[in-house]
Amino acid sequence: MNIGFKIKKTILYILLILLATVCLLPFLLMIVNATRSGSEIVTSFTLIPSTHTLENWKTVSSYFNLFLGMWNSVKVAVPATALTAYFSALTAYGLAMYRFKGNKTLFTVILIFMMIPGQLGLIGFYNLCTKLHIVNTYIPLIVPAIAAPGTVFFLRQYVLSVMPPSLIEAARIDGAGELYIFHRIAIPIMSPGIATMAIMAFIGNWNNYLMPMIILNKNEKFTLPVMMATLRASTDITANQGAIYLAVAISVIPILVVFAFFSKYIISSISAGAVKE
Amino acid sequence: MKKEKKRHLKNYNNAGYLFVLPFVVVFLIFSVYPVLRTLYFSFTNARIAGVGDIDFVWFENYKRAITDKFFWKSLWNTVRIWGVNIILQLGLAFLLTIVFSDIKYKMKGLPVFRIIYYLPNLIAATSIAFLFQTLLDWRYGTFNQIIAAIYKLFGATYNPIDWLGSSATAGNAIAVIQTWMWFGNSFIMLMAGVQGISKDYFEAAAIDGAGRWTTFGKITLPLLKPILLYVAITSLIGGLQLFDLPYLMSNPSSASYGSVNTAVMYLYKFGFTTGTTQTGYASAIAYVLFAIILGVSLVQLKVFNKED
Repeated sequence: MNIGFKIKKTILYILLILLATVCLLPFLLMIVNATRSGSEIVTSFTLIPSTHTLENWKTVSSYFNLFLGMWNSVKVAVPATALTAYFSALTAYGLAMYRFKGNKTLFTVILIFMMIPGQLGLIGFYNLCTKLHIVNTYIPLIVPAIAAPGTVFFLRQYVLSVMPPSLIEAARIDGAGELYIFHRIAIPIMSPGIATMAIMAFIGNWNNYLMPMIILNKNEKFTLPVMMATLRASTDITANQGAIYLAVAISVIPILVVFAFFSKYIISSISAGAVKE
Repeated sequence: MKKEKKRHLKNYNNAGYLFVLPFVVVFLIFSVYPVLRTLYFSFTNARIAGVGDIDFVWFENYKRAITDKFFWKSLWNTVRIWGVNIILQLGLAFLLTIVFSDIKYKMKGLPVFRIIYYLPNLIAATSIAFLFQTLLDWRYGTFNQIIAAIYKLFGATYNPIDWLGSSATAGNAIAVIQTWMWFGNSFIMLMAGVQGISKDYFEAAAIDGAGRWTTFGKITLPLLKPILLYVAITSLIGGLQLFDLPYLMSNPSSASYGSVNTAVMYLYKFGFTTGTTQTGYASAIAYVLFAIILGVSLVQLKVFNKED
């Protein structure tokens, strides 16, 4: 290969790495600044950590209980994700494997609701929760997860492509019940698809802000994003930037851990979203 | 015998109802009912839902929304932020797709780059909002300090820009942050599309002596059209509902508020903010916004299909 080609390729790599730096730099600055005092941050920037993490942590914990927020988020995101995963698989399997009256209609309605923006039902949803006296509980954030049209749509396509109908026939001949077949045969076969969707659902639930903000109004119930958002109302904590950086850094850790373990699934689910069309 | 088997098969199919039942029940209660309930409110003078008498005013709320210049301003802000964002986001994703799908350069490291580029998308908008609000603070923010240092290197003085506080830059700053959050997502989608295109096409093009840009324009782009449409529509539905970032990064008292106040923030003001709650009007805003999203999505579909 000639030299011009090599130079061009090197330049391309440099540009790609530069872009990667742009993606990572804010996180890096966040981590470094979380260890610096407010006055240090105000006077200069650096990538060398300082020694004020503990002070910053004291400021953060005097302001709110981050770990309570994290625990609350776990209490919402874990059951909601489990419900989405199980019931979407159940519904998708039902839609894909049985020919019953209304099947097509239901599928069409699911398609339509995938296109409807979430804010459309927001006011009616809140009104419903008031009437059911479930405002300020986690029920409105967890139970509706049973009906996730997007996940059902994806898993329906998935079942159709991975589940051989002959397997079901064989199980039936052996005398297996329909739910038994679903639990013992279909779920293991569908598990990669279910896992992919579950991870995306978890991230969505974990990061959700608008809905918990509307539903929850007691500090001790706040999920992590809602708790973080109370920084907006405070003026005293803005005086201490280091503490804000530390709070943000800690709030980011759980999702980074999830990503570290499941990045393959996440990438594949986005790719699948693109190619399914 | 044959009849018996058919009867059995029918019984099997009826089990399908059992499978979809939980979904249907929850869906009707928590998805369909709220949407219809909001529609009902949009035709009434309800102030705080469930409090006081509610009378039908029919299209009054819609008339008000259509003539409300603050609503149109918020809608324009939303579209403007989305527009800047989608151009940057798709442009960047496209460039990356071209680089990584180039058969001559054969760039390595796609799995690693892909993950890094996607990373910002994982973080909750609330965390992103405070991170950037602090980084972009005009007096003490690290961002302005870096720029000042670069200026100093060249012997110039930098007059700090209040990125989020001035109405000239706040909208664009949010659009750029949105791009930072979403370009990796678009890139992964486009790349998945390119990898789905048969290698034969590219090899045939290379044999015919087609250059990089010809190959891109004549093969890659047309074959990516369905994915592009998908990205554009999902981004539009998401973009017109923009709320978290501008809501958290702006302040009703700041100069930039008028340029970053989005349609859903406006809806939130009338739907859920104590003191300004007007449920009927907020519901009508929700439906007007929905009608616009629906309309634009249909136009996008038409435009894309027309080119065939």
